[in-house]
Order: sequence, then C-alpha cells, then structure tokens
Amino acid sequence: MTTNRDTDIEIRLLIEAIYLKYSYDFRDYSGASIKRRILHAVGQFECRTVSALQERVLHDPSMFMELLQYLTIPVSEMFRDPSHFLALRNEVVPLLRTWPSLKIWIAGCSTGEEVYSMAILLREEGLLERSILYATDINPYSLERAKQGIYSLQNMHQYAENYRLAGGRRDFSEYYTAAYGNAIMDSSLRDNVTFADHSLATDSVFSETQLVSCRNVMIYFNKDLQDRAFGLFHESLCHRGFLVLGSKESIDFSAYANQFEALVRPERIFRKS
Amino acid sequence: MSSAQAIVIGASAGGVAALFEVLGRLPPTFAVPVLCVLHLPQDRPSHLADVLQRRLRRTVREGCDKERIVAGMIYVAGPGYHLSVEHDLSLSLSQEDPVHFSRPAIDFLFESAADAYGGQLVGVLLTGANQDGAAGLARIKQNGGLTIVQDPREAQVALMPEAALALHRPDHILSLSGIGQLLATLEPSAC
Repeated sequence: MTTNRDTDIEIRLLIEAIYLKYSYDFRDYSGASIKRRILHAVGQFECRTVSALQERVLHDPSMFMELLQYLTIPVSEMFRDPSHFLALRNEVVPLLRTWPSLKIWIAGCSTGEEVYSMAILLREEGLLERSILYATDINPYSLERAKQGIYSLQNMHQYAENYRLAGGRRDFSEYYTAAYGNAIMDSSLRDNVTFADHSLATDSVFSETQLVSCRNVMIYFNKDLQDRAFGLFHESLCHRGFLVLGSKESIDFSAYANQFEALVRPERIFRKS
Repeated sequence: MSSAQAIVIGASAGGVAALFEVLGRLPPTFAVPVLCVLHLPQDRPSHLADVLQRRLRRTVREGCDKERIVAGMIYVAGPGYHLSVEHDLSLSLSQEDPVHFSRPAIDFLFESAADAYGGQLVGVLLTGANQDGAAGLARIKQNGGLTIVQDPREAQVALMPEAALALHRPDHILSLSGIGQLLATLEPSAC
C-alpha cells in the first residue's frame, strides 16, 4: 500500500528528475498545490503511482510537455481585478509618462490576457508606441497561445465588463475581430511585445525595466523562490520603478519588504524605494 | 483525543449560521487555530471574516498567502482562491480550477491540512448542498486525524454531511451544539 509519506517521497523524486532532465525547476514551488496537480496528472495519465508517471516522463520528452500543462496554471482573464487596472491608469500612468521610453515586463504571462490588457491600457494612454513589453513564461504552449492572441468569444462579455470597470474608454469589441466563436485580438497590440521563454526559478535579469507586472504567480512559489523572484524584479527595475502583483500577493513577508514602498496597497502596486 | 494542532471546518449552504453556532461555543481563550472554508461567490469581496469577528469577539482573518498559522486565530478562506496548509504550517493560496464548482474548495484545505498535521488535526464538515469536503474528511481520517460530521437530520441542507458519511465513518456525528462543546474541550498540542 502506498502511504501518504511514500507519495511525498515520490513527488520529490519526480520534481528532481524533471529538474535534472529538463531543467524546469519546480523544487521551490508551494508544496500543497504542486502535489495536488501532480496527483491530478497521475489520474489523468492513468498511472498507478507517481513513480510510474516519473518513468514515463523521464523517458519521453513529449510526455513531459504534456505534464507541464498540468504543472502550470493557465487561469487568467483580461483586466482581471478591474480596480487594479483602474489604479494603474490613475496612479501609475501619470508617473510612467515622465520616462521618455518604457520597458515593461509581464512575468508569468501565461496565455497572454495580462499582456493584451496592459497593451490596451498603454495605447489608450498614448504610451504604447514608446513602450517595449517583455512577456515571459516557462510554458511554451502558453507563450504560443499568447502570441496568437485568440480567445474564446464567450469570455468577451466578462472581459468587456472588466474593461469598462477598469476605466476603459472605448468599446472593447474594437480590440478584436470575432470569427468562428473566437475573438482574434488586434495584432497591432503586440507590435511592441517580445514573447520569451524565461524562468523566475532559474534565469537571470535580461533588461532594465520601469514596470514589472507579475500577477498570481508568486502564490505558487515558496518563500525562497519568492525571494529569488523579488530579487530579479528589484534588479531589473530602474530607480523608482513599479512592481505590481496579484490581489492576494504581497511583498510584506519577503526579504525585499524594505526595498519597496506601497503606492496603492489594496491594489498591490509597489514602488522601488 | 483531547489535544489538536488545528481544526478545519467546511460548510456551504446554511453555513454562516452553522459556523456561528459552532464557533460561538468556543471559549474566548481557545488556543487551537481554526481554519474555515465556506463556499462563497467568487467574484466579489467577502465580509465573512469581519462579520465573524464582530459576532464572536475573536480575531478572525482572511488567510493570506505564506502567512504562518498562529495559535488562537480563526482563519477563513477568501473568495476566488483555494486555501491550503503547507508542511511548514504556513498558509498558501492557489487558483486551480474550482472543485465541485467551488473556489475556495473544502477539499483543498482538508487534504492539505491532513498532510501537514497528520493525527493532530480535527476535521468538521457541516451543512451544505454539494459533495465538497467528503474526500478531504476521509483523508483526514486516513492520516490519523479526528473527524466530525454534522448530523444530517439537523443540517439545514443534508447533502454535504450525507456525502461525507457515504465515503467514510467519522469519529462523531453530532449536532452543532454537540460539535461546539466537543471542540471547546480541545487543548493545543505541542508542535
């Protein structure tokens, strides 16, 4: 019989094997959530144990790519937490205008909803043309979908409502073309976007930035990995640059708490001190 | 069992009144931390923590990511995120798909707490209209913890307690007042 402790051992071994073989580092992810996702994958792949899944993943790279889709969480929507984007527009944009050009990093961009939201906001504020957006993620499938910018038309009602509550100035449908049940995002929104494979667990800083948006990514990291990621953001951000997080995330418990001040705390908008 | 490291409580339809009834019977000095998941609408802020705090005159907070669980506190899961307990006895949030249409889901809290606390956990499942929590409660039992199910005959909605009883035999099947009285006797156990 497989005990709970056996399962925990198997999960550690699987994560170590993934790191050694594929260089994807989940070793410092929050334990409860990753365990749940691995056990879900074990069921979906009809493996008897985590060890059985490990054997398949180790010997078959395509199997690893399938597992990766379970290990990353593509939960996102456009203008998620509209009050956050309203605060960005009202409190941060006026300060962003003071820089002649802008570099913005969307870290953990998943399938791109945050990227298009940010691009739309910047365009309406007349800043998109002088901005470069770096959209990074560890999941190549998610990045590919982000690049394509095709979303289910069903979701657009919700996104349009979010956009309106976020202070949107136009008709949201101006930003996409509807076809075959899909919404195809206006491709000019991503003219200044560079999509790139980047891991907050293993990679280093690639550019100086004025704003880093990393929303609902940190919750999947343990404290050590959070500190690593905050360290990257701190290094990347210019003097008085902005860090924006998800609605339940905070820098308060991290080693970098003193290096940032809250600009709009309820909306998780921080500024490098 | 007369001691525990933590208590987890899950409830859905009819759950607010049931939570008041159970938590209201705990003494003001009650030291064992209590973690609650009540099914909530996902898309708007919840006032559950404030409401409980005012009525119970105890410190009640929405659980934050990476927050250490502290003795004497009552934590509730906020809307839109699953709440879990990590092995180092801190809280974590996540946004996996809803379980049984719910985020927060009771199973997330129960299963993670069962792994973190093992035999030093008490799990309580109250009134509700779906099956969330049944698997989690069984896991608590399996890991050596104590399980309590509200008597379905008394529950405002019996489906959730009945689903739990269909999956495993809990240590106690009690009324809300009985559950409150039993919990009130628990002492915090050393970590």
